[in-house]
Amino acid sequence: MIRKALLASVTFAFSATTSLAATNITWWHGMAGRNGEVINEVAQKFNESQSACVLTPVSKGTYEEALASGIAAFRSGEQPNILQVFDAGAATIINAKGAIIPAEDLITKAGYGFDRGAFIDGVRYFYADSDGKFVGMPFNSSAPIMYINDEALKKAGVEAPKTWEEFEAIAPKLKDAGYIPLIQSQLTWQFTENFFSRNNIQFATNNNGYDSVVDTKLKVTDPKLQMMFEKLKAWKDEGYFAFYGAGWADNQKVFEEGKAAFWIGSSGSFGGLQKTATMPFSATFLPYWGSIEGAGTNSFIGGAALFAMSGKSDEENKCVADFFQFLTSPEIQYFYHKSTGYVAITKAAHELAEEDGYYREKPVAVVGIKQLLLPAGEWSKGYRLGFYPQIREIMEREYGRIFAGETTVKDALETIEREGNELLARFAKTAG
Amino acid sequence: MAAETEGLSASRGGAGFGGHRLGALRLFGGKAKRGETSAKRVQFTSRFLPYLFLAPQLAIIFIFFYWPSVQAIQSSFYLEDPFGFGSTFVGLSNYTDVLKSGEYRGIARFTAIFTALVTFFALSIGLLLAVKADGVIRGNAAYKTLLIWVYAIAPPVAGLIGMMFFDQHIGPIVEIARWFGWDIKVGLDFGDTAFAMTVVSVWKQIPYNFIFFLSGLQGIPVSVREAAAIDCRSGLRRFWTIILPLLAPTAFFLLIINITYALFDTFGVIDVMVKDKAANNPITLVYKVYMDGFRGNDLGGSSAQSVILMVIVFVLTIFQFRFIERRVHYN
Repeated sequence: MIRKALLASVTFAFSATTSLAATNITWWHGMAGRNGEVINEVAQKFNESQSACVLTPVSKGTYEEALASGIAAFRSGEQPNILQVFDAGAATIINAKGAIIPAEDLITKAGYGFDRGAFIDGVRYFYADSDGKFVGMPFNSSAPIMYINDEALKKAGVEAPKTWEEFEAIAPKLKDAGYIPLIQSQLTWQFTENFFSRNNIQFATNNNGYDSVVDTKLKVTDPKLQMMFEKLKAWKDEGYFAFYGAGWADNQKVFEEGKAAFWIGSSGSFGGLQKTATMPFSATFLPYWGSIEGAGTNSFIGGAALFAMSGKSDEENKCVADFFQFLTSPEIQYFYHKSTGYVAITKAAHELAEEDGYYREKPVAVVGIKQLLLPAGEWSKGYRLGFYPQIREIMEREYGRIFAGETTVKDALETIEREGNELLARFAKTAG
Repeated sequence: MAAETEGLSASRGGAGFGGHRLGALRLFGGKAKRGETSAKRVQFTSRFLPYLFLAPQLAIIFIFFYWPSVQAIQSSFYLEDPFGFGSTFVGLSNYTDVLKSGEYRGIARFTAIFTALVTFFALSIGLLLAVKADGVIRGNAAYKTLLIWVYAIAPPVAGLIGMMFFDQHIGPIVEIARWFGWDIKVGLDFGDTAFAMTVVSVWKQIPYNFIFFLSGLQGIPVSVREAAAIDCRSGLRRFWTIILPLLAPTAFFLLIINITYALFDTFGVIDVMVKDKAANNPITLVYKVYMDGFRGNDLGGSSAQSVILMVIVFVLTIFQFRFIERRVHYN
């Protein structure tokens, strides 16, 4: 027994020393389920492709938890090399200039060329600074799209709508056919942030917050947003829309079970949905309002980006650059795109998928990219707002109250604007 | 927490006189035994030795309790960027911002009601079960074990199990309530979620109270009970006049523990119940500290809230010891 243990420790010591020769880098992320497994596969592919670096991905729970862990670790000097930060946390990390090395600088310093034009337009600005320099490396990029229960449409004898007006017209038929016409999974991302971008309406002052943190104010009391939520409330009362709370999965589940006709999900839901959906499904763009002038613009990029954290040795930074370079190669992008449903972020990867016939085989997979590639409008590029995770919490609370009948849409939006503006003012003080 | 460890170490000394298995858990063994312990007092050879033995405990309290508290008080006066690059002194504005917020006051109100309900039901149901278990003679070990084992479940797991009972789609309690025309919507309706949270939190705490009440009951000398039985025929009256006053030390200890539990330890249950998205669901003050500090990265505001909580607990404890403990007779 003792001899065995001794042998084991000796072999362990040897294996540890052999891997010491390579540079170890860590990657903290907030993905679970199938998407988490794919991250491990990507890391494994990177480790097999070269011998100088060993990349270890670590799941830190949800997006919010990953960001919180990253911040806490940075404060105690234990930060990972790469941190995945979600869209709502972009302002937090991009404003923390000393905590991160802009991805573009890291890559060029490692001796690689960096071509901003190689990325598809929809992903180029959200994680970049005002000069267009990439601060974060777009990683899992998604768009909110509408999934369609094909059986429901066939049974009701209707076509998928392009606009909300068209949806209103067919909703009674879907209801009569025994389906919940519409469900969604995230009112903040799908019906607020992307409502502004899909309908080309200003979300916040200071160029949606991109220009400055000082005096940035929300514009969520916009009458058009109020109209959207009043419609949702009316649809819910008539049985055309169902709401199962702020949790993503509680809502998605109803669609997977084939009880709903349309579900607003993420293009990144595709990978999982292929396994869980109990009926044939397809997808189309997130609807917009035909009555709003200039609507129908592209949606901005959702999902998350990878940030290289500062305070690391040159060798480790070189490894991070190698990995970013590896990650943007068309083959890996295509692999990731195929395995998860997240959008391929480079034009080359998109073309590779096209040539390979992937989109003919799985037309749902191209919907997200096509929506990102729609013509852009003045206000379709997203937002950069501080303390935004908390602002989203206020929205979730107030939206929940609307559907529980505890408040009116007008009051709810006024509360969001007031409390949200207080948070933005607070953020301006911390960042200043 | 500190009281718990104290209780356990005290029990080690008194394990011999318990006479019954659960007696080892008895907290307030009674002053009669004190004389015995003082007679056996260990004489240390060096004056510093006792302090040396105390040092690890003191170090732990200092590092994990006082040090963070001091830091929380300090950062509650600053506005700080999350990564710690710079902080601005803002005086009391973190406190005024929090106390002015109607949202915060709403959460405080809910926390107070929730704490009162959880404490009351967890204590009364625990006591009821303990009294009944105390009366069982045949198969009492199996009966007690069944009541106690729930305590071994970790709060998040209890939250998960509770959540499954109340699940919108598959929850059995939701199904049952539907027969009575009540459509429970946990996660959607404030009142329904509050109900589910309270039920799960109470359920989780009952076994703990049960253990202490039972050992307290078994610590009441048989002679006292027999004397009471001779004097009074009504079991209920005997309970109110004899048993309950003798249980008072245990009950007082449990009252403090249960209030602390409802204020702080229900965090896991709440976190699982609201599934990471509080939205319009009820939350307690400590969950709000977590949301603002760890999710929202607002360290100053979150620190101010935790200092407010600290003050509340401090005041509560002083109140309890000054006004309630006076009425508790330890012997």
